[in-house]
Amino acid sequence: MHMADALISPVVGGTMWLATAGLATYSAKKIKQGLDEKKVPLMGVLGAFIFSAQMINFTIPGTGSSGHLGGAMILAILLGPHAAFLTIASVLAIQALFFADGGLLALGCNIFNLGFFPCFIAYPFIYKQIVGERSNQKRLFLGATIASIIGLQLGAFGVVLETVSSGISDLPFSTFVLLMQPIHLAIGIVEGLVTTAIILFVWRERPEIIQKAAMSESLGNLTIKPVLVGLLAFTLITGGVLSWFASSNPDGLEWSLAKATGVEELQAPEDGIHGILAAIQKKVAFMPDYNFKEAEESVVNAPKGKVEESWPAVNSGTSTAGIVGAMMTLLLAGVIGKSLQLVVKRH
Amino acid sequence: MSKMESYWLDLKQLDEMAGNRTVLHRIHPCAKLLTTVIFLTVVASFSKYEISGLFPMFFYPIFLIILGELPLGPISNRVLLALPFVIFIGIFNPLLDQNPVVQFGPFFISGGWISFLSILLRFLLAVTAALILVATCGIDAIGMALLQLKVPKVFVIQLLFMYRYLYVLLEEFIRTIRAHSLRSFQGEGIRPRVWGSLLGQLLLRTIDRAQRIYQAMLCRGFDGEIRLIRQKKLVGMDIVYFLGWSAFFIIIRLVNVTQWLGTLLIGGY
Repeated sequence: MHMADALISPVVGGTMWLATAGLATYSAKKIKQGLDEKKVPLMGVLGAFIFSAQMINFTIPGTGSSGHLGGAMILAILLGPHAAFLTIASVLAIQALFFADGGLLALGCNIFNLGFFPCFIAYPFIYKQIVGERSNQKRLFLGATIASIIGLQLGAFGVVLETVSSGISDLPFSTFVLLMQPIHLAIGIVEGLVTTAIILFVWRERPEIIQKAAMSESLGNLTIKPVLVGLLAFTLITGGVLSWFASSNPDGLEWSLAKATGVEELQAPEDGIHGILAAIQKKVAFMPDYNFKEAEESVVNAPKGKVEESWPAVNSGTSTAGIVGAMMTLLLAGVIGKSLQLVVKRH
Repeated sequence: MSKMESYWLDLKQLDEMAGNRTVLHRIHPCAKLLTTVIFLTVVASFSKYEISGLFPMFFYPIFLIILGELPLGPISNRVLLALPFVIFIGIFNPLLDQNPVVQFGPFFISGGWISFLSILLRFLLAVTAALILVATCGIDAIGMALLQLKVPKVFVIQLLFMYRYLYVLLEEFIRTIRAHSLRSFQGEGIRPRVWGSLLGQLLLRTIDRAQRIYQAMLCRGFDGEIRLIRQKKLVGMDIVYFLGWSAFFIIIRLVNVTQWLGTLLIGGY
């Protein structure tokens, strides 16, 4: 459920980056305050553990299919929410950088969906509440399973919200929710059970690890709530405002460029290309609102009447020009690059 | 466990690529990181139905792959592996948006297919850009760049630590899972009965290892900070690199060069 760069808009990506950066700074501060430097190597090694464990297939009985581990809940239980958040963030960063799972622009979204919800919502408000001070097997089982499921459900919902407000996928909100939540309910149950199995094993073999983790936690827990509430409010407000802005102005950069330069006409011209010179002058006119009158006449049904902003001029002439141009561009890039390489090598 | 092994090999390959010494590798990591960010933002900012306008953006990955002397094989492999999710979400566009918007002679292409194609192009651009960044910097340099950009130190240290241990742990996991699958009749999946004991055992071993590592680090004078030796200063070339590419991206964003070139070649109308 890693989101990809291809499916998000800069506004959504940027907002989620801001929220994630805030959380990361806050978590880093918390860890520093705790002066728990012993956690640093543990975080590193556990991050690598989760990364590797995510690649193991768990057979789901009776179905023949298999599930994976997300890992944030285990990390939260072993490290506490702040260190767990940073650890899962680093796992996702390595995945985005080295393995193209998710993307750099979407990294903020991914860290938020897969880190914030399990570490700062499901862990303190569900796992901690169920497990309490004196843990036993049954409580651990219930706490870890339910918290994993809810954490993943929230994360999946985050994916839906971010994708829909980006407006690049045409999936409507309701369909997407119906698609994502049930799938992730199934995934969440498997994840919850695997998490529980691991935690219970560790609890039986080396109970002190779980107990120690739970104890070092209790200090930080008191102060987290107000920050969390403030942060949630902040995210909801900016999210709400920005997504409204995003839907009325799907193109954030264009909008901000127009604002920055103060040139309102940027959006005004409706025509396609009249000539090369005119084209250079008009610049953004290549993305006019839309001008496929001819095509529209031949279209009987325009679904929902929601024809989006910008497909430049529809006419086979321009389309062919586009394709020829695209080929040429790629060829040109290759040729210039190759010759550059020769020049560089000679030096 | 082929997936883990392939991940392991990919890590090694990317690390080797990062060790190259080309012009591109000599550019300051901050400049490369920021350029990548601008590139990704500009790519994402194109309108949903943009195709031709995205093409000139390919200049960036193509240039970098050539200048950085990066092998195409491993990069395209990773791109293919990451493709399914994007297709899974994107394929709904052609189904949901059937407005014909482009005409080729007697054929019409719907807006959904156009936006789907646009998504694939964005995906290709974004993924190659990220892989190129790693392949020309390496994780240590990226960590250094992050520190210079004021990312919390704990996080950067965590990133570098984790990356180091990934090698060790992946190898151990590969051995364990191989041992398990040799002794079980169920192929590669892990049965529920051993979910806890198998991973739990690995986890305990991991924690013990972390403690040993921590002791060893203390013995060698670790005080909670990682000091990177490779300190680099920004020079004029780095700034030119960053500003040059940024200007290029913004111009490409504002002017549809592809359309212009195509019109020029087929004689306009």
